Amino acid sequence: MIKITKEIVEEHGINSEEYDFILKSLRREPTITELGIFSAMWSEHCSYKSSKYWLSQLPTKNEFVIQGPGENAGVIDIGDGYAAVFKMESHNHPSFIEPYQGAATGVGGILRDVFTMGARPVALLNSIRFGETSHEKTKHLLTGVVSGIGGYGNCMGIPTVGGEVEFNSSYNDNILVNAMCVGIAKKNKIFYSKASGIGNSVVYVGSKTGRDGIHGATMASAEFDENSEEKRPTVQVGDPFSEKLLLEACMELMKMDVIVAIQDMGAAGLTSSAVEMAGKGNLGIELDLDKVPCREDKMSAYEIMLSESQERMLMILEPDKESIAKEIFEKWELDFSVIGKLTDTNRLIINHQKEIKADIILDILEKGAPSYKRPYEINIFDDEDIKEDTLINENPISILKKMISSPNLCSRKWVWEQYDHMVMTDTVLLPGGDSAIIRVHGTNKGLSVTSDSTPRYCASDPYEGGKQAVAEAWRNLISVGSLPIAITDCMNFGNPEKKEIMGQFAGVIKGMIEACNTLNFPVVSGNVSLYNETNGKGINPTPVIGGVGVVENLDVFSDQNLKRKDDFILIIGKTTGHLTQSIYANELLNDKKGLPPKVNLDEELKNGLALRELINKKFIDTSHDISDGGLLIALTEMSMKNLIGFNINVEKDNLNSYLFGEDQARYAVAVEKHKIEDVRLLLNEKNVFFEEIGRTCNNEIIINNKKINILELKKIYENWFNNYLSKAS
Amino acid sequence: MKLNVKIMPKNGVLDPQGKAIENSLSQLGFKNFSEIRQGKIIEIDIDADKDQAINIADEMCKKLLVNLIIEDYEIIFDREK
Amino acid sequence: MKASIIVFPGSNCDRDIAVSIKKLTDLEPIMVWHKETSIPDSDLIVIPGGFTFGDYLRCGSIAANSPIMNDVIKKATDGLPTLGICNGFQILTESGLLPGTLIKNDCLSFLCKTVSIRVENNETNFSKKYKQNEVINIPIAHNEGNFFANEDTLKKIKDSNQIIFKYCNQNGEVNNETNPNGSIENIAGITNEQGNVLGMMPHPERATCEITKLSDGENLFKSISEFLL
Repeated sequence: MIKITKEIVEEHGINSEEYDFILKSLRREPTITELGIFSAMWSEHCSYKSSKYWLSQLPTKNEFVIQGPGENAGVIDIGDGYAAVFKMESHNHPSFIEPYQGAATGVGGILRDVFTMGARPVALLNSIRFGETSHEKTKHLLTGVVSGIGGYGNCMGIPTVGGEVEFNSSYNDNILVNAMCVGIAKKNKIFYSKASGIGNSVVYVGSKTGRDGIHGATMASAEFDENSEEKRPTVQVGDPFSEKLLLEACMELMKMDVIVAIQDMGAAGLTSSAVEMAGKGNLGIELDLDKVPCREDKMSAYEIMLSESQERMLMILEPDKESIAKEIFEKWELDFSVIGKLTDTNRLIINHQKEIKADIILDILEKGAPSYKRPYEINIFDDEDIKEDTLINENPISILKKMISSPNLCSRKWVWEQYDHMVMTDTVLLPGGDSAIIRVHGTNKGLSVTSDSTPRYCASDPYEGGKQAVAEAWRNLISVGSLPIAITDCMNFGNPEKKEIMGQFAGVIKGMIEACNTLNFPVVSGNVSLYNETNGKGINPTPVIGGVGVVENLDVFSDQNLKRKDDFILIIGKTTGHLTQSIYANELLNDKKGLPPKVNLDEELKNGLALRELINKKFIDTSHDISDGGLLIALTEMSMKNLIGFNINVEKDNLNSYLFGEDQARYAVAVEKHKIEDVRLLLNEKNVFFEEIGRTCNNEIIINNKKINILELKKIYENWFNNYLSKAS
Repeated sequence: MKLNVKIMPKNGVLDPQGKAIENSLSQLGFKNFSEIRQGKIIEIDIDADKDQAINIADEMCKKLLVNLIIEDYEIIFDREK
Repeated sequence: MKASIIVFPGSNCDRDIAVSIKKLTDLEPIMVWHKETSIPDSDLIVIPGGFTFGDYLRCGSIAANSPIMNDVIKKATDGLPTLGICNGFQILTESGLLPGTLIKNDCLSFLCKTVSIRVENNETNFSKKYKQNEVINIPIAHNEGNFFANEDTLKKIKDSNQIIFKYCNQNGEVNNETNPNGSIENIAGITNEQGNVLGMMPHPERATCEITKLSDGENLFKSISEFLL
């Protein structure tokens, strides 16, 4: 027997109050296995102890929501008897330690969250954030993460269709890897994790258990320090081939009426899946660990319970249906083992080598889990203007060239060409636009998907930043003509025990609540990743919003590519020229002070719905939301694909703030000559502000008579990644 | 000085490739074998004497050739060449 | 008439190819599991793309030793039309049905994009609906699509007109700049000497749909259909 010392308790991330509660509840000292179980279940990752208070305030319902937060993934009704199932999750710390495997297993985990609910995954997205490009680790992490994401998704045969890539010094020693998966299921064939049926079998399927990732869940919740790289042996290795088999086996079994409940073994492995499934059903669970298929010799109960080996699932089956399931899993050459049963005792009992290694009342683990309303202080930057626009007299074309070839605005093609974005042949809108569109297989309906966040806004004003992240996701779904339905969120923040960091969290949530409410855009699933700091320096607060919308009819949607010359160019929404916290100010002027643009949600709603109507009435087939980099960047992005440019004339006192300011609720659209009257009429009717600033033309971009050939721009736009990676560091 | 670096997945680390090869061999009818693991061998010719070359190779392994998180390595001095 | 689509663990374009076959030919697609030992009566064998057995060891090497492959080799050698796409092409070279081999892309990374390929030989049963030298746009998605053959093999392939597709640009120019993966002589697809087995890295089944704005792959399926009728 291992003696539980104060040091061991501390190593498990359990504080003295929490430990006292454990002693009181158990009325004895915990065994080491029990301590491990408490540590995993009460880690930030599993218990949401710092964030629960705030998360519970988010709106989670609208007329489309079938299942909100609390399950493996969120579920929405997309009509015709189908449901979309989706979630986003972080794998930040493992990816910093081993970028390829960390990113790969992040993708693997989110896929399981979706197919465990009975949905076939149809799209993956990834928001990835790295340190500044000059940081010594950035190249290695970037190439590792991108190939890890590709390596897993490509092998699974699920298209990776979108995402974001950002470079910022706040991520120098703490990169972010957030993976989102969207799946489609029959609406009446959703599988949940709530266990039921006393006496039913607890069944383990998938790959064998090794010593992978033990302490993974605990590690993900503990701040990094100088020695963290020595925690290396805990990183899990992904096996996408086994996951593909697991997916097909589960899909085959789910066609039959056999599964009572199912959950993947993700963070905290067998512990969290067993505890959560039994807990949700208000039952007890008894496991015999000698029956768990193990890859390594002499694994202890502690190790088996906390292993984070990948590609495993836990299912509840009625005993007389075991043989049906067994046959399917054996066909797919996966392990299948009955490892326990459900009881009516409300206890978790772990047997191993003829000893009881753990016996805990489930309510203590679940309902007894700590929840903190941590002290917080919401700080915002001072409201000040940019110091001096040193580029005020520069040719806008030369500024455009600088911006379009900068790490945060250049083409992401190098990234998404490494992802198979076309497999399943349902990708209607490819990566590189506002949203990707995936056809619902066998129908003429589509799903639009996007992921967005603007962390520099959140850092300067958490409340506005939270609003903006939700609004931008909504805007991206609107600008392809789809109806935005719901979101998943991945909340990446620093150490919540610091009141200013908790203030960032609280402020962002408050902003999100308001935006979700006004835009009828609720949160149906999500994940929180805290302690994203190194040596006490926090990352920019990064709430990544994954949005899903519906395209009713795939004959009617819009994309961002200019298609014809002589189209009218309209800017929908007001441009005041807000420069502070813009990419122009932050990166070209190196001026990081001041407040982000305000998001007027009523304006947002009005402009967005008007645009959607223009698209649905087929008045418009070309539209793009205006975000990072401002109006001129948006128009330039629209010219790249078909080499159709534009000629605009802008008479403003401050041209740069007009062209590069980042005011919200704006879209750039192109309108064919014979439809311009209809468009003007509709926008005026809806009282939507718009400006007509020029016309499209062939091959060139012309701003107030200053010209550049698009091919020249395209070269520097598309070559940044190759140039960066080919340079010796 | 010619050296070989033999790189293998660490004990206990999942080796999906080894596992897949093992299954395939047993399907082809091979019996009485177990524990297939797949690694790689890298040949390096280093212009230095033996001890120095081994030191340099060791540094190469740590800096680039080996992913120490999931792999072990062994430097094999190739006597015959 | 039937098309047998061989499904291995890790195949992932099996559904896509079945959809294209159903839409563009008179063949009824049937899925054949790799553990079967014989292929049901069929008029076409298709080995679809994917990552069979995780691409472990060498791409296609483990699949090439699956139980079903004995019968695939026998029927293909007897002249049954056989089509291998992407990983299917790799399996065909590993099983010896096609010459040469496919190695890692010269850019050393996975590459998914739509490329132009030129029809080098439109006299096969897979390509007769295309014009000679026609430039078509078809997506690729692979890590190991870099076709390699030694000098003797390459000479044989050329002498018997086995090269069907070469990577090029929109204008049909074949050179280093229009070679996405380093394939020798820009080769994207070849047949066996008899011309009844085609292996190609690009995915024609991903170019059979108006909605994705790519439809240049349709003529490949129509060629097969016309030949079989």
